[in-house]
Amino acid sequence: MSSKSRFAGRIAVCAGAVALALCAPMTQAQSRLSGNTVRIGVLTDMSGLYSDVGGQGSVIATQMAIDDFVAANKPAYKIDLISADHQNKPDVGANKAREWYDTQNVDMITDVLNSAVAIATAKVADEKKKLVINTGAGSTRLTNEDCNSHSIHYAYDTYALAAVAGRAIVQGGGKSWYFLTADYAFGQSLESDTTGIIKANGGSVLGSVRHPLNASDFSSFLLQAQASKAQVIGLANAGGDTINAIKAANEFGITPKQTLAGLLVFISDIHSLTLQVSQGMQLTTGWYWDLNDETRKFGRRYFEKAKKMPTMVQAGTYSVTMNYLNAVKTAGTDDADAVTAVMRKTTYNDFFLRNGHLRPDGRMVHDMYLMQVKTPAESKYPWDYYTVKATVPGDEAYQPMSQSRCPMVKKT
Amino acid sequence: MEVFGVPLQALLGQLLLGLVNGSFYALLSLGLAVIFGLLNIINFSHGALYMMGAYAAWMMMEYLGLGYWWSLLVAPIAVGGVGVVIERLMLRRLYKLDHLYGLLLTFGIALIIEGVYRDQFGVSGQPYPVPSALRGATNLGFMILPNYRAWVVVASLVICLATWYVIERTRLGAYLRAGTENPRLVQAFGINVPRMVMLTYGFGVALAAIAGVLAAPIIQVNPLMGSNIIIVVFAVVVIGGMGSILGSIVTGLGLGLIEGLTRVFYAEASATVVFVIMAVVLLLRPAGLFGRER
Repeated sequence: MSSKSRFAGRIAVCAGAVALALCAPMTQAQSRLSGNTVRIGVLTDMSGLYSDVGGQGSVIATQMAIDDFVAANKPAYKIDLISADHQNKPDVGANKAREWYDTQNVDMITDVLNSAVAIATAKVADEKKKLVINTGAGSTRLTNEDCNSHSIHYAYDTYALAAVAGRAIVQGGGKSWYFLTADYAFGQSLESDTTGIIKANGGSVLGSVRHPLNASDFSSFLLQAQASKAQVIGLANAGGDTINAIKAANEFGITPKQTLAGLLVFISDIHSLTLQVSQGMQLTTGWYWDLNDETRKFGRRYFEKAKKMPTMVQAGTYSVTMNYLNAVKTAGTDDADAVTAVMRKTTYNDFFLRNGHLRPDGRMVHDMYLMQVKTPAESKYPWDYYTVKATVPGDEAYQPMSQSRCPMVKKT
Repeated sequence: MEVFGVPLQALLGQLLLGLVNGSFYALLSLGLAVIFGLLNIINFSHGALYMMGAYAAWMMMEYLGLGYWWSLLVAPIAVGGVGVVIERLMLRRLYKLDHLYGLLLTFGIALIIEGVYRDQFGVSGQPYPVPSALRGATNLGFMILPNYRAWVVVASLVICLATWYVIERTRLGAYLRAGTENPRLVQAFGINVPRMVMLTYGFGVALAAIAGVLAAPIIQVNPLMGSNIIIVVFAVVVIGGMGSILGSIVTGLGLGLIEGLTRVFYAEASATVVFVIMAVVLLLRPAGLFGRER
């Protein structure tokens, strides 16, 4: 072969390579699955204060969704899951996410309890062009300042928590508020979101006290709340802090004279507190096992495996996994952008989501519920804890797009 | 009448609550001081043993149907027994080594105990009711004080002072102190020093378990409850002077009060104020407020 023709040959090879590279996204969108496997990573708090909310329960729920999907669709590709403990440390979480995306071929990470970890993980996902669908963390920063096209916020957020319970309580006559706020990003954003809702509905905030995370004694803060004579004491905290605050309020006779509003309360918290202590409290949730036949069916199946009823986060993780796998099937690829495009076009109604749709800022908007905790006499069977006071349509519960601070949305 | 913009009545209420918390600090730091003062072991598993005390009470209620008063008696003995086993099997081998080894071992034990409980019971915790005799609240004029909290203050003060009296004022206490100063000489007088040391560790652990039982009706019984409180308690011990019995009691109560005041005036700092005081004390009196330089 002459040097000329060799040169021409090389050009042809190069041109072919360029054409292939250009076409790659298309072919990928049509058929390719990385390694012929869809791998889902459950990144959660396995050992710390949120491990009852997500933790091993989220792993169980994800596995259930995978098993159900495989049984129904018999896909030609493999689906598996890996899980890890992020220890509530953003650096541990981000490193794990990076390792999973880079070397373990993980396509989608879910759960991601704890807002700080979630924000760090969302950044990694964007960098790697892989997906993270968050069911655990609450901060609205995930769909505002820290939004990106590879991060979806699924089950709830602090705005919806505030909007549903806050609005209902103010409109029900609880006009004056006092906050007990966990002194970190989550608590502060919950307090400020709720304050906005209270004021917009004609209520007032008489004061607040910022307590440290894991402050086991709440009597002192509650006495300050009592002295404020506010009608409602808003608990802008979570997990063990909420539990101990409710317990102390009961002991000091603050309830029922003043109403407690738990702004983020999971069914695991109520189970742990017992109805005797938590009765009458109003709260927001995105899901409850005893809403209808579908939710009851899932709740009982989950109970068989986990020996407790699922929280909103655990049920949400099942829903994420199932809807993600369906989107992968429709898209024919595990490419994050292609899958997200499918999810954006879909209207969701499953056991978890009611009227769910995915917004451009990454928010999965769906109906939320205002609940009241039953009295021990009202509760007829195990885990019969809530009465549905109101179903709030997603568009009323979640932050309107007009208020969005997400740069991605402003651009378009 | 107001003090710095806070009504005096509210302030009195907060001080009283500070005293309740201080009682826990005193009881826990007392156990640490006994163990450190007499065994030279920095017992990092103290928080986990406190949690075990609370769980012992909960388990007796849940599985055996035994109430609070039985727990107050049996839980310290049972958990103290665990302490004796730990001392016999593990700690004993470390007495001749640097303090650091005891610290590492007990820290490891704490992690294991907490891990086992977390695996078994989850982290949301279990509720424990206030015993019926102590239910209700008393109106003190400036605040409504739940009777149970008043009981906690009284009980822990009695236990603390009794412990101080035994160690500092009785013949048994004299043996104990002599045994740590010069074990060989004391042994030569026919006293079984290793057994005495073992029982002392068991007693220190029992004090932690009593604190756990006292705390059970107030806070949720939870595998992480020990690790939440233990760091503060160590700060109390350092401020009071490592190993000083009276120091740990007085400092425990005092810091409870200071923490209570911080919660009123600047709640954000209430988790750190103890450590600020610790830093200042270490700068001015490295041996602690009641400690003796060695």
